[in-house]
Amino acid sequence: MFIIKCPYCGERDHTEFSYGGEAHIVRPKQPTELSDDQWAEYLFMRKNIKGLQYERWNHSHGCRQWFNVARDTSNDKIHLIYKMGENPPK
Amino acid sequence: MKNKYSIFSLIKNSFTYHENWQRAWRDPEPKKNYDVIIVGGGGHGLATAYYLAKEHNLKNIAVLEKGWIGGGNTGRNTTIIRSNYLWDASAGLYDHALKLWEGLSQELNYNVMFSQRGVMNLAHNLHDVRELKRRTHANRLNGIDCDWLDTKQVKEFCPIINCSPDIRYPVMGSTLQKRAGTARHDAVAWGYARGADSFGVDIIQNCEVTGIKRKGNNIEGVETTKGFIKTTKVGIVAAGHSSVLANMAGIRLPLESKPLQALVSEPIKPIIDTVVMSNAVHAYVSQSDKGELVIGAGTDAYISYTQKGTHEVIEGTLKAILELYPIFSRLKMLRQWGGIVDICPDASPIISKTSINGLYFNCGWGTGGFKATPGSGNLFAYTIAKNEPHKLNAAFNINRFISGDLVDEHGAAAVAH
Amino acid sequence: MSSKFRLQSGGEINRSEAISFKFNGKTFFGYKGDTLASALLANGIHLVGRSFKYHRPRGFLGSGSEEPNAIVQVYKDEAKKEPNVRATEIEIFEGLEAKSQNCWPSVNFDFGEINNLFSPIIPAGFYYKTFMWPAKFWKKYEYFIRKSAGLGISATQRDPDLYDHKYYHCEVLIVGSGPAGLAAALIAAKTEKKVLLVDEKPEIGGSLIGSNDNVIRINNDTPKDWIKKTYLELLKNKNVQILNRTSVASYHNYNYLIMVQNLTDHLNENDKKNKIRQRLWKVRAKKVILATGSIERTMIFDCNDRPGIMLSSAVRKYLNHYAVKCGNNAIIFANNDDAYETALSLHSKGVKIKAIIDIREESNGDLVKKCTDLGLKIMWKHSVVSTGGHKKIDKVFVMKLSADNNSVVGDKIKINCDLLCVSGGYTPAVHLFTQSGGKLSFDEKKFYFYPVKTTLNQISIGSCSGIFNLKKIIQDSNLKVNDFLKTEIKNEIIVSDYNSGNFKNIWLLPSDKVTGKTKSFVDFQNDSTANDIKLALREGFKSIEHVKRYTTTGMATDQGKISNMHALGIISEITKTKMGELGTTTFRPPYTPLTFGALVGRNVKQFFDITRETPMHSWHKKKGAKFEDVGQWKRAWYYPVNNENMHDAVQRESKAARNNAGILDASTLGKIDIQGRDANEFLNRIYTNAWSKLDIGKCRYGLMLNEDGMVYDDGVTTRLGENHYIMTTTTGGAATVMNKLEDYLQTEWPELKVFLTSVTDHFATVSVCGPNSKKILEKIVKNINFEDQKFPHMSFKDGIIDNIKCRVMRISFTGELSYEINIQANYGKAVWEKCMDAGKEFKITPYGTEAMHLLRAEKGFVIVGQETDGTITPVDLQMDWIVSKKKYDFIGKRSLYRSDTMKDGRKQMVGLLTTDPNEILEEGAQIVAEVKKKPPMNMLGHVTSSYYSPNLKKSIALALVKNGKNLKGKKLYVPMQNKIIEVIVSDSVFLDKEGNKLNA
Repeated sequence: MFIIKCPYCGERDHTEFSYGGEAHIVRPKQPTELSDDQWAEYLFMRKNIKGLQYERWNHSHGCRQWFNVARDTSNDKIHLIYKMGENPPK
Repeated sequence: MKNKYSIFSLIKNSFTYHENWQRAWRDPEPKKNYDVIIVGGGGHGLATAYYLAKEHNLKNIAVLEKGWIGGGNTGRNTTIIRSNYLWDASAGLYDHALKLWEGLSQELNYNVMFSQRGVMNLAHNLHDVRELKRRTHANRLNGIDCDWLDTKQVKEFCPIINCSPDIRYPVMGSTLQKRAGTARHDAVAWGYARGADSFGVDIIQNCEVTGIKRKGNNIEGVETTKGFIKTTKVGIVAAGHSSVLANMAGIRLPLESKPLQALVSEPIKPIIDTVVMSNAVHAYVSQSDKGELVIGAGTDAYISYTQKGTHEVIEGTLKAILELYPIFSRLKMLRQWGGIVDICPDASPIISKTSINGLYFNCGWGTGGFKATPGSGNLFAYTIAKNEPHKLNAAFNINRFISGDLVDEHGAAAVAH
Repeated sequence: MSSKFRLQSGGEINRSEAISFKFNGKTFFGYKGDTLASALLANGIHLVGRSFKYHRPRGFLGSGSEEPNAIVQVYKDEAKKEPNVRATEIEIFEGLEAKSQNCWPSVNFDFGEINNLFSPIIPAGFYYKTFMWPAKFWKKYEYFIRKSAGLGISATQRDPDLYDHKYYHCEVLIVGSGPAGLAAALIAAKTEKKVLLVDEKPEIGGSLIGSNDNVIRINNDTPKDWIKKTYLELLKNKNVQILNRTSVASYHNYNYLIMVQNLTDHLNENDKKNKIRQRLWKVRAKKVILATGSIERTMIFDCNDRPGIMLSSAVRKYLNHYAVKCGNNAIIFANNDDAYETALSLHSKGVKIKAIIDIREESNGDLVKKCTDLGLKIMWKHSVVSTGGHKKIDKVFVMKLSADNNSVVGDKIKINCDLLCVSGGYTPAVHLFTQSGGKLSFDEKKFYFYPVKTTLNQISIGSCSGIFNLKKIIQDSNLKVNDFLKTEIKNEIIVSDYNSGNFKNIWLLPSDKVTGKTKSFVDFQNDSTANDIKLALREGFKSIEHVKRYTTTGMATDQGKISNMHALGIISEITKTKMGELGTTTFRPPYTPLTFGALVGRNVKQFFDITRETPMHSWHKKKGAKFEDVGQWKRAWYYPVNNENMHDAVQRESKAARNNAGILDASTLGKIDIQGRDANEFLNRIYTNAWSKLDIGKCRYGLMLNEDGMVYDDGVTTRLGENHYIMTTTTGGAATVMNKLEDYLQTEWPELKVFLTSVTDHFATVSVCGPNSKKILEKIVKNINFEDQKFPHMSFKDGIIDNIKCRVMRISFTGELSYEINIQANYGKAVWEKCMDAGKEFKITPYGTEAMHLLRAEKGFVIVGQETDGTITPVDLQMDWIVSKKKYDFIGKRSLYRSDTMKDGRKQMVGLLTTDPNEILEEGAQIVAEVKKKPPMNMLGHVTSSYYSPNLKKSIALALVKNGKNLKGKKLYVPMQNKIIEVIVSDSVFLDKEGNKLNA
């Protein structure tokens, strides 16, 4: 039921978007250097926060661009939307 | 010991206008110290406490529930019970549970209304047929009952399914597990609570865990809204909030918590006498003893702790329901609701020790935890009591995400050439 | 045609339009504007249903969507039969047929009533305590329980009616057209904003409908005149839309509301034809004004459920709006002044008021004074302690309340009557407000929950916010709405209202009987009583949710509209907990039940899911092809000729492809156009094999993994130019691969200059294979030299067919010499036909997906999703050759080196040959090394693909088998239900290992 403001297209119904999980998990530059534990951490372990979460969304039925959303998972309120590559607000 | 429930006790109590029934469970204040604390008073948690007390002779046990027992996913699911899983490890786990279900009402002296009305899984394309047959064969060789029905047999077994070849995704067959079925979800929580309580387990409601205290790598106790409680063993069975509690203990889990919705129709006279599931068009339906059609909808893709999903998921589910049962069009949705499910990357649960001594997790049941309730509690109790997994839950340890030895129950990816 | 209980004049019914309808097989008459309830009441019918558990006779309690008792079955027709419809909401039409539910053989004489005798031994939750012996018998008990449960009957044929969906955006949505909603609408109308006003009822006016003209005046008009004028006034504004018969089902976050509009249920059969029955509105409102009103409470006393015991406001509405007397000798039972308006109404229409029983000590309200002046008998501080009359109330028993109200004292007075109007005060309808996430607070003096906090752009006005006095409602609404819309619009509405005395609340009234012997119903439909609630509490069910679930209070089709507050109140009184601390149960959507049909709308039958067809689809269809569903695509599965069965057709097609020429429609394969400076590096990162050295004009097969190391997709990618590639994916994987690639590009590797375009639908792909394929291609593509040296395997050429550009790839999924022609989609069919023409002399044969699967299996080529299932690595497929050891990284590489993915003895892909070459294995069958007499047996793996090969003249299969690569030549077993099949593990390539045919 969200309305998401795509940074490229503006406000749209959530049905136009797809969710892409926790944001700011950077793919390791040198995966081969990691232990199995460290790799599993990247691959599977998630914060799964109840509260303010930084997450990725894709305007999949629109401009197809990925961007970041800061949303409170305890009430689904969206606080901020910012582009890929930008740092999360402190 | 509690009074025994039976038709005779009902008649006897009718003479005193039912004013002498005992409490089904006490309402104690927490003690300062427990041998084991179970966090989460759902079916799995209460069952864990029950088996800890009954089979492992532990007596000083508390179950801490932040709200009311059975108020989480136990009271929100569509009550489907089956054990026709593909992989050996899953089949072992779920069939262990199914066997416990079969004697549960008598074991607990509480009618959980386990109704073995059969569960069908429909196939709608060649890929489905191949995968469901694969499962049928695997089940059979694992000693789990499972039949394959062709379209004609599907129609005979459940006449109201639309088996016309002209529908968008025609029914091409189905598996049928006859021992599978449904149970009365609330009764499971209440029955285990009553049973655990009779062994002296303290069930403490409205008691939220707010912190997990560690000393080095050992558990010292839990902080709660009713004060600090000392213990060396904590078993966490808090579906929907597993990650929140893991966070308190300083560990991370491979989980995502997502909204899962379900709905019921208004009650009608019996029309469907089995449980029908269809993965391909995504519709699950059964009819409760009260007469309501119980319909499971899907999860939303995003993490949310609101216990609310999107309307589109409900609409999508009903679309599939009407595709399979066009006669339901004039029935009405009476109630819709949501729960929070913790989903593992391989769609299998975790029943495991952790890197912290004395901390155990039972989580990640995704959309299908209810069916496992007795088995999950039974094996989790074993794991906590012995500090090592039972052979039936050994595969469901946390370390599988490191080694890669997953128990992938997504079913084969629906990819075709 | 005159009905005994219809007043001679008055009411809002159309007396010139008489309507006949059937109820329980008997014909009755009513008027246009009647509901089934009002029409039956006009005919003196009160008994309409039986309760769920005890089958007690039940009549009408209310007059709207809150009705728990009067639910009926509508229609006889097997397709349109509808269960559980509230008679209070059915607008009668000519030909309506309705009947009572949950009774047999009839509502008047119901065998189920025997349950009432057993009621002492079947209290709340009795079923948890019994039916456990003998254990095997539950199935039998359950059969009877199920039979006796349930209410109405479902249709048995497809619904012929149409349902519709509509998306709607507005600036102001007003829910409810009572006095508050109308006041709000008048203000909103004067703004420029787009306003939508909705009401669940056929007529607007809310609580003003049915009010007493002599008591209330608005702008010096009677309420109904004021409503009419206001309605006309609102219609003048183009920015306002008004919808009646429209109920808001659910209120979601972000002001998203789902509403259902009833369009034809009230029409005659003829007028219904070709019209949409219901429309689901999906409304996004910038601002929401909730004016949902309030629901009158009943009171909880012994035998409070008999037909003829009705809510006071309902009786008033039947009288003033429908001109129907619900009885001739009425008793009013009240705890507030509102009921006196009913008394005055009834009195003025000639109904005898036998007594007004009021639990209060006094009231100084205006209406009370009027009643006193008229000489009506008021019994202060009295309570009804019980009632009599089996199928209809005929008496009440009244006693004086003790000083502390905890018991009754003095003599029991019997008063005969045929109607008891109960008024227990009003509960604000906060359902939508709480659904939207709003928080409530309990007013410990006024005994109701009211809205306090919301995060959404919404307000609650009128009685749903806890204001019940009309004058105050108007004043408050004007203020709040102006504030909410940031306007200062004067909205003068002058109300002549009356002063009310205080309201006094007792949740459970005392009785002279032993509590255990009383039947004081809280939830009428589900038959849960105050004693049931007490039992639940006694047994330790403390939380309101526990009590609700244990006793089923509030879980009937009215979803607790009538029962919830009393249940809470009784719990609060017994547990000595403040109501505010107890909290409410969750109000779950929908507000009133809505049909599945409306929720699904047009998405039925062929619109259930879109169907994707290739440009050649009509050709396949004409040739009698059978189709296979692959994702949303329809793919030609096989082309039977002369009544061939599937096996014969596939054998013929497969042979033709190897011996002469075959033609396959491969248009469904995903196609992604890749361009940009770093395209090459990008492919290097996403595929397991090396891509740096692919020359322009060459093709390469690639395997794509998930980051977890498991095979994800495969396909051939062709280098069209320096920085230009075209990738093919599996049919099912096209969209997900595209998304995944785009994801990596945008979020992990933004430094790469690569552009992806999905071109699946832009090209049709015709694949021609077999020894004659070259000759066919030579005939139609004139500008390409097809000599092997000029155009070798795994290469590509731009071609021209007539004047149309095309791309020709020489690639093969069958192991035969094979060409794929890619052409702009709209030429697909023409090119296909051209190939067929050109190939005629070379015996070209169209083959479907089944033959294609067979042909590739002969060559041991894998199908992602068939040989793989998300748990298989390329190494497991014995495709180590495609996994680059040299590349530093690619998606999924690291996961291949985890302890489990590296271990020996994983499942590996092998070939299987049955000892009996005519025995075809079943796909999905499991494989064991050792057959045991009975399960469990240790399974090594399963058959992934299996066919009878016409070219090898034997059965072949591919399988995943534990440690398979070390088992070549070993005998294994496939235990089927009725036989055990012996198999020998073989190489997975069965035909032409050397690949000679590729250059045939």
